[in-house]
Amino acid sequence: MSTRAIKSAPKKQNPFLRDWRLYLMLVLPIAFYIIFCYKPMTGIVIAFQNYNMKKGMTGSEWVGLANFEFVMSQKSFSTALGNTLLLNVMGLVAGFPVPIILAILLNEIRATGFKRVSQTILYLPHFLSWIIIGGMVLAIFSPTTGVVNSLLMKWGWIDSNIPFLTDGWNWRILYTLVGVWQSMGWGTILYLSAITGINMELFEAAKIDGANKLQQIWHVTLPGIRGTIVILLILNIGQMMNISFDKPQVLGNPKIQEFGDVLSTYVYRVAFPNGSVGNFARSTAIGLFQSVVGLILITSANFVTNRLGEEGIW
Amino acid sequence: MKREKKVLVYDVNHNPFKEVVPGDHRSIWTPGQVILVIVVLLISLTCLLPFINIIALSLSSKSAILRSEVTFWPVEFTTATYEMLFNNKDMVNSLFYTIEVTVIYTVFAMILTILMAYPLTKKRLKGRTFFSFLALFTMYFSGGTIPIYLNIKELGLLNTMWALILPGMLSTYNMIIMKSFFATIPESLEEAATIDGANDFQILIRVYLPLSLASIATLTLFYAVGKWNSFQDALYYINDRNLQPLQLKLYYAIKGAQNAIDPSEAAAGSTTAANDAAESIKYATIIFATLPILVVYPFVQRYFVSGVTIGAVKG
Repeated sequence: MSTRAIKSAPKKQNPFLRDWRLYLMLVLPIAFYIIFCYKPMTGIVIAFQNYNMKKGMTGSEWVGLANFEFVMSQKSFSTALGNTLLLNVMGLVAGFPVPIILAILLNEIRATGFKRVSQTILYLPHFLSWIIIGGMVLAIFSPTTGVVNSLLMKWGWIDSNIPFLTDGWNWRILYTLVGVWQSMGWGTILYLSAITGINMELFEAAKIDGANKLQQIWHVTLPGIRGTIVILLILNIGQMMNISFDKPQVLGNPKIQEFGDVLSTYVYRVAFPNGSVGNFARSTAIGLFQSVVGLILITSANFVTNRLGEEGIW
Repeated sequence: MKREKKVLVYDVNHNPFKEVVPGDHRSIWTPGQVILVIVVLLISLTCLLPFINIIALSLSSKSAILRSEVTFWPVEFTTATYEMLFNNKDMVNSLFYTIEVTVIYTVFAMILTILMAYPLTKKRLKGRTFFSFLALFTMYFSGGTIPIYLNIKELGLLNTMWALILPGMLSTYNMIIMKSFFATIPESLEEAATIDGANDFQILIRVYLPLSLASIATLTLFYAVGKWNSFQDALYYINDRNLQPLQLKLYYAIKGAQNAIDPSEAAAGSTTAANDAAESIKYATIIFATLPILVVYPFVQRYFVSGVTIGAVKG
C-alpha cells in the first residue's frame, strides 16, 4: 500500500475512494447476502403470528408463543426431536472412528498406485446425491428383489427375507450404516493430511526403540493426530441438532415414520402435508427452535475447542 | 505450559499420495502389506459393488429382476430401459434442463465467490471485519426453510428456473476456501502490478485468477456437483413438470417404488402415470444421473484434496 501512496502524491487518500473498486466487487455478493440470507430472517416473525398467507407478515395477528406451545405439546414433535438426536448419536458412534482407522490403513499402504485408486473409489460416495444413494439402497435391500436378501437366501443364511426397510430398528441401523459408508472415504482426507504432518523422526525413533507397526500407530500416529480428532469430534457434537433434509426424506418411508421422522422432514410435513399448503407458522416455529438450539450447540462447541487451545471455527 | 496452536492445513503443493518412507528399499510386499491391501480392497469394493449391481439391474430384463436373479452381472441382457429413457421426452428434456441450470448456477456462483473472497483478503480494506461477519453469520443461523420459501415466493421466483439458481448462489464455506487460497499468494505480486499501473480488477484477473486455477477447479466441482445433486429446493419451489430437475424426477420415481412396498400408504404426487413411466426406467436413470459426476470427478480429484484441507482453516 505504500507504493500506492508514493504514486499518488504524499497526501493521505480517503480509503473508500482509494479502494472503490474493491467495494464495487463486493456489491453483488453483499446484495446476495441481504436478499437471500438476511431478508428471510425477518420472516421468522411469523412463528409468533397466526400467519395467514393473504394477510401476509404485516397483517397477521400476533399470538405470542402459542405456536411453540402447540408444537411442543405434539407427540410427533418429540418423536422427530428424539429421532434427530438418536440418529445423530448412532451416526457419531458408528461413523466417527471409521475414517480414522481407514486413514491409518491407507497411510500404511506402500503400493502407491493401489492406494491412489482405492482413495478415488472411497471418495466417490461423497459426490453422489442422496436420491441416487436412496435409489441404490432401495434396490439393494428391497425385501423382494434386493440383491442382499437374494444372496443371503441363496447361501442359506436366512430362511425368510429380512425387512430392512420396513422394520423400525432395521431401518435405523441401515440408515446409520449407509451414512458411515457415504462419508468414510471423504472423512479420511483431513486425517491423512494430519498424519503426513507428523514428524518422520518420531517414527524412526520408535522403530529404533523396537516398536512394531501397531505400537508405532498407538504411540506415534494417534497422538500425532489427536488435535484433529478432538476438533472434529467437538464440531460433530455441535451438529447434533441438524440432520439435512435429503437423507431421511429419501431413505424414509411411511411404514417407519415413527422411527425415521426427523426435524427437517417434520418441518416439511407440517408446512406441506401431502403436497398441499399446511401451517407455515408452526413449521417456522419448529425451524426456529432447531436453529436456536443448534446455534447454542455450535457456539459452545467452538468455545470448547478454543479453550482446549485448538484452532476453532472462529 | 501453553500448547502450540494446531492448524489443520499443510503445504498445498505437498502430495499426500507420495510414498512416506524414504530410503527403504525392501520389497514392499511383506505379509502385513498383503493383508492391509486385502482389507482396504474389501472396503473399497463396498463402494463399487452397489454401482455394479445397479448397472447389472439396468441391463437386465424386468422378469429377471422380479425373480431376483440379478447380482453383479446382467441377466437376460437388454438395453430396453436405456432406450425407454432416451425415448422419454420428459426425461431427456429434464436432463438438458438440469445441465442448463447447473452450468448457469456454477458460473454465477464462481463469479460471486471470487468477488466476495478477493476484497476480503485485503487488509487495507475498511470494513473488512464487518463484511466477513456478514458472511460468516449466515453459516450458523438462517431464517429457516419456510421464511426462505416465503421470500422466494415474494420475489416471484416460484416455478421459475431462477428459484433453483439464485438462492444458493454463494456458499460461504466455498468462499472461505477461495479466500484462504488467495491469501497464500504473495502480496509482492500485487505491489509489483500496482507499480505497473494495474487497478484492483486487473490485478484480480491477470495476477490472482491465473495462479488460482487449482482452487477454481475444485470449487467449480463442488458447486456443480452440489447443484446437480440438489432436490430439496426443487421440491419446495417447483411444481411445473417442465421445470423439474432430474434429481426431483428420480426422487418421485424412487418414492413411487417405495410405495409399491406398501401400496396402502401412497404418498401424494408420486403415483401419476408419468411417474410410473419414470419408475420402470429407475435403474437406467440412476446410472444416467451419476454419469456426469463419474466423468468429471477423476480429473478434478487431484485438486480437491488441497481444497478441502485449506477449507478447514478458520476463515
